[in-house]
Amino acid sequence: MEIKVYIEVAGDKIRQASLESLSAGIYLKKRCRGRVVAIVPGPVPEQVLEEITHFEIDEVLWIKNSELTPYLVEPHRDAVLSILGKEDCLILPATKRGNELAPRIAARFSVPMASNVFEFDVENGALVYLKRLYGGKVIGRFRLNAKPLIVTVAPRAFPVPEKAESSCPVVERSVEIPRNSLRVRHRGVEVTTSEGIDLYEADVIFAGGRGMAGPEGFKLLKELADIVNSRSEKKAAVGASRAAVDAGWIDHSHQIGQTGKVVSPEVYFAFGISGALQHIVGMRNSKFIVAVNRDPEAPIFKYADLGIVEDLFKMVPLLKEELGKVIK
Amino acid sequence: MNDGFYYTCGKSRNLRGLEGKVKVLVFIKRVPDTGIPLKIKAGRTDIDRDASLAYVTNPFDEYAVEEAIRLKEKIGNVETVAVSLGDEKSEDVLRNALALGIDRAVLLKCGNPEKIDSFVTARILADFARKEGFDLILTGREAVDRCDQQVPSFVAEFLGIPQATFVVGLEVNPPSIVARRETDEGMETLELTMPALVSCEKGLNEPRLPTLRGIMAARSKAIEEIAVECGLFGSELIELLPPPERKPGKILDMPLSESVRELVRILKEKRIF
Repeated sequence: MEIKVYIEVAGDKIRQASLESLSAGIYLKKRCRGRVVAIVPGPVPEQVLEEITHFEIDEVLWIKNSELTPYLVEPHRDAVLSILGKEDCLILPATKRGNELAPRIAARFSVPMASNVFEFDVENGALVYLKRLYGGKVIGRFRLNAKPLIVTVAPRAFPVPEKAESSCPVVERSVEIPRNSLRVRHRGVEVTTSEGIDLYEADVIFAGGRGMAGPEGFKLLKELADIVNSRSEKKAAVGASRAAVDAGWIDHSHQIGQTGKVVSPEVYFAFGISGALQHIVGMRNSKFIVAVNRDPEAPIFKYADLGIVEDLFKMVPLLKEELGKVIK
Repeated sequence: MNDGFYYTCGKSRNLRGLEGKVKVLVFIKRVPDTGIPLKIKAGRTDIDRDASLAYVTNPFDEYAVEEAIRLKEKIGNVETVAVSLGDEKSEDVLRNALALGIDRAVLLKCGNPEKIDSFVTARILADFARKEGFDLILTGREAVDRCDQQVPSFVAEFLGIPQATFVVGLEVNPPSIVARRETDEGMETLELTMPALVSCEKGLNEPRLPTLRGIMAARSKAIEEIAVECGLFGSELIELLPPPERKPGKILDMPLSESVRELVRILKEKRIF
């Protein structure tokens, strides 16, 4: 089986979610004998291609077409279709891009597919997988019989793969992109991730809720994240509950919960968050949850591993000081 | 490659200057209220749908309904049609859409809608759209029960039309659509031409509440019903499982400065820092 993994490159970095997808591909290869091919769409820096060759994969297939940058869904669909066969398995990260692109590919083959999968296996040619339903309140185990098998993999469900000692070959291709595929035009692109770590990639999330009482409180959380980012190997990001976003204190891209993002960091700090179910489903996959809230009855304490009943505005400065001492 | 779906969307339109009404289809779904905890039914092939389970319009579809109504308020010559794939209970969400100001409502009626996966749903919706004809399809970015994010892209590809997903800002001057959308890196603005599909993200608008007058008027409006065949080819559900149990946590019962130190000590022990 050819296991093709779609690689997303942002600037000169491979998106962490794509590296995690490579791990998923390597995991699948070990179970069902096949080749893992990393598909790199569009012009990318030399060192990015070089980097991808140093994982336990069989080939990097670089589709060089310049029409593939900047990303649009239809040209990328065409690029993948030109190299995808019915006997293949296609793995993409469950990013906004991966989730929008994958069904357009599956539609061309007229097959169903699996999205946001966090565990899977191949049994008798079918994909058996787990995914979260109802925001994560329930887990579903499904069987997918389709050719090709198309899957998007949930962020942080798989680790970033280990580097290999050897490197694999790079195969360069140019493919036909029909003019009609270029019918959508870009009017402007804003990159904001330079302002902070992607919530899906964060090891540590400092999240604030209604208790933050305004946008200034989120500056405090940003300071906590900055300490972690500047002084340790871990990545930290700032999150928010729906209440804080709806109040206009912070942008929706920081929202965690059923109508925001579902995250799985190592540690999740919930500051001034009451613990409504819609929020809980977004963060309960965290390895360790710390809750700080003035209200001892707040439902959040039922889900936290560790709780501190205190005014967060008293607690956060002390936490900042203590982290400053401990993280060097 | 499958060519069967590759024809244009229904009635032909002069796309250089649309004459006649701009037709907007809004795909909506009836889903369990997100605020309510769920139990798995015995047999593990469905959740317990007893009387205590409340249903709502899929939150992301509410942005689509609101946007369709605003488009009509702004442009004028627009016909809005809310469409839902479901059983007779889905009439609730359709009637709610009528009460908010949508012109027509269509129920694509099937048995056991909870068993139908995204691929099959998209085929049925696309078949309807193709027969009905349209200029713009609006729908939510995902349904909060299945959480697939597949239907918008599947529908757009089945219909052979361009798309903009995760849209938080929309400007429509037929046939041009300018969509501001969330990306994995931040934001971008795309320009596309009708016929097209847009999936709506939170932040696109503030959905209105129905007025009493709207609710009363909707009562007497007919909901068109079309029976559809839902073959169950798609992903097959094997079983439902509860989420992993978490061990109960503890509340630190010590003075603040001590609890902060204890917290950081525990995190260090866990090799977080």
